[in-house]
Amino acid sequence: MTGKLDLDPVLVARARELARRAGRPVVELARSHTTVSVERAVLRLAGVVGADPDGIPWVNRLVDAVVADVGLGHGVALPVFDALVREQTTDVTLLAQKAAAGSVRFQVPSGRAATAARRAARRAVAAGIRRIDRRRAERDRLVRRYGDPRQRPWIYLIVATGDIYEDIPQAQAAARAGADVIAVIRSTGQSLLDYVPEGATREGFAGTYATQENFRLMRAALDESSKELGRYVRLTNYASGLCMPEMATLAGLERLDMMLNDSMYGILFRDINPVRTFVDQRFSRQVHARAGIVINTGEDNYLTTADAVDEAHTVTVSQLLNEYFAHEAGLADWQLGLGHAFEINPDVPESFRLELAHALLARELFPDAPLKWMPPTKHMTGDVFRGNLLDGFFNLVGTMTGQGILLVGMMTEAVVTPWLSDRDIALQNVRYVLGAAGGLHEDFVPAPGGFIQQRAHRVLAEAVGLLERIGAQSVLTAIAEGTFGIMKRPADRGKGLDGVARHEAGYYNPATEILEQPGAGGRVPGSRSEEVRP
Amino acid sequence: MSEQKIVRPYGDTTGDGMVQVSFTLPVPHDKRAEGAAVQLANKMGVDPALLVHAKPIGDGFTFFVVYGRVNHLVDLSAVRVVERDFPLLGAKEVNAVVKRRLRRKLSVVGACIGTDAHTVGIDAILNVKGIAGEKGLEYYRELSVTNLGAQVSVPELVEAARVARADAVLVSQVVTQRDAHLHNTREMSAAFREAMPAGRRPLLIVGGPRFDESQAAELGVDRIFGRGTTPGEVASYLVHALITGRKATVA
Repeated sequence: MTGKLDLDPVLVARARELARRAGRPVVELARSHTTVSVERAVLRLAGVVGADPDGIPWVNRLVDAVVADVGLGHGVALPVFDALVREQTTDVTLLAQKAAAGSVRFQVPSGRAATAARRAARRAVAAGIRRIDRRRAERDRLVRRYGDPRQRPWIYLIVATGDIYEDIPQAQAAARAGADVIAVIRSTGQSLLDYVPEGATREGFAGTYATQENFRLMRAALDESSKELGRYVRLTNYASGLCMPEMATLAGLERLDMMLNDSMYGILFRDINPVRTFVDQRFSRQVHARAGIVINTGEDNYLTTADAVDEAHTVTVSQLLNEYFAHEAGLADWQLGLGHAFEINPDVPESFRLELAHALLARELFPDAPLKWMPPTKHMTGDVFRGNLLDGFFNLVGTMTGQGILLVGMMTEAVVTPWLSDRDIALQNVRYVLGAAGGLHEDFVPAPGGFIQQRAHRVLAEAVGLLERIGAQSVLTAIAEGTFGIMKRPADRGKGLDGVARHEAGYYNPATEILEQPGAGGRVPGSRSEEVRP
Repeated sequence: MSEQKIVRPYGDTTGDGMVQVSFTLPVPHDKRAEGAAVQLANKMGVDPALLVHAKPIGDGFTFFVVYGRVNHLVDLSAVRVVERDFPLLGAKEVNAVVKRRLRRKLSVVGACIGTDAHTVGIDAILNVKGIAGEKGLEYYRELSVTNLGAQVSVPELVEAARVARADAVLVSQVVTQRDAHLHNTREMSAAFREAMPAGRRPLLIVGGPRFDESQAAELGVDRIFGRGTTPGEVASYLVHALITGRKATVA
């Protein structure tokens, strides 16, 4: 710890212990349940591709067919690979097509058939995971060749026109103008689709659909940009909503570099069933760990619904929970882009000092995590001149407190989707602040016992207080009772609940088995390959 | 002075007509680009136009800032404003009015009806996430929101409205093939008329990008919201129609 805030190490350790205690029942829940999306992700790893003429992916059709015959609780791996043997084919996509036509019956195999299906399923899924490993090794190679951005924080910029072929030149222009990370915002409402659309897409609502083909096209374009610019330009998308595990899988297969992946966002803001979310989240984080993907968590969202001063401690609590869930799933500290945001009302006296205190608290609590610093949105009024000043102060906090990823704020926030000139002005703002004060964090040491230290201590104490209240119950109860944000989300309600099942005896998921092998996660940066045991 | 009808923009002297504009042209930065910017400013009525800033951005684009005197006059007596027929309230005000005047939660039931699976609209209005930086109706403490999602049948909707004792029913329709949105809306309003007596019927609201906002009476609903409607507008309308505006009509 750098120790600028003189935090009490005993209290910090207690906060982590309480987060672990609050999160553990959720992990137990995730370990004992599966979801349709987890199973579809397994099938994607096993090589099922494409969609039917109506655009419904074959993985959906196949999972639905298995569920109709034997239910979800056994997992789909055994019934599917058992049927492959009986159908005398090795092509899983072909099996999906036959199943959709109703010409295949599924059963849960036993005895020697089960052993054979298990081995075949594991072999097929291991091949998919090897593809993810190769993409990770490829990233490592490209980063070595082209290099990381020269400065911290990395500059993160959003594009999203709805049309992937329009997004590509915009993303390349943004990279040329200084962006280190490009995020393609998804179409409104994609998080509530229970399938992943297919192919290149040219229309979306306030965003571009996340599809495997769109991922591939954008990654290829940014590879060109990386080569041109001599620095590796990263690509971000969203592993959230009902298809979180599949998004993570597709991101791994197409070498995306960062994924938005919050533990509670879907529950609170999209009314997705809590159990569905936690099960999906754990699997998606295991995939991210393996793929060397940096996750971005969504704590900024709490502050857009609640007061950024009064509720600052809920951000800290969520960061601690996200950290616990992430570590449990195998993610290493360098993969934790824990989120927080500059959302205090600028009319509050000393708002800048409060922001500094909160940002520094996050920095010192999570010294090895990159931290994602999010710009003001709530108090952007349409007064673009004031907005530009506010963004400048946001950038200043970012560099003074050593944030890892800086999402570039737009002065036209809440006015229009950013124009070319808005982006240019915003990047100019960032460049000025980082250029003029990039090393200020070396000199910036808050006065001992002063305003900033006191504020940080208070937020930490309030976070510990909240965790103690949660600790007596569990995170699920806390969510049901409306502790986070203001939404009450009981565990037996919400979207996607019908796609959740408790494991039956003999449940088998080869992906989880491989991903949970010791040392399988992202703890050591670098590549490794999955050995298939005969 | 306060009664003057004709005004000009104000820079630092009454009547100087000074304005500042900024824009981007899709041309690389050179002398010709600057001339093009001045030409555009002139056509906008800015003459003389003072080009104070020109900067290349991206490939083949230039950003300009222009100051100058605009030769247009503003006739205040000719200003026509289309008034919204209800006041726009913030979330706090909406909550306060419901709490004080209704003294219970205002119940809202929303759905996409028919075969329409596009929940984009209803989710933008209802989900906490909201749209364009505005939180959805779930965010309002004094509103109780039931979002039934997509492909809800009309009988299901009527039943859900009854169970939730809905004060208002919100229906979103995106698909317009063969005027499906109009048929569905008529079917929905007829079903509510049949199922509930006039005084007990919830407020019926439909929304979608292809509706004509003036067709409400024809479709049998109380209000239509078109493209670009925000949750705040819907919440303000609910308060107006169910609480603050109702008093006047009853009295």
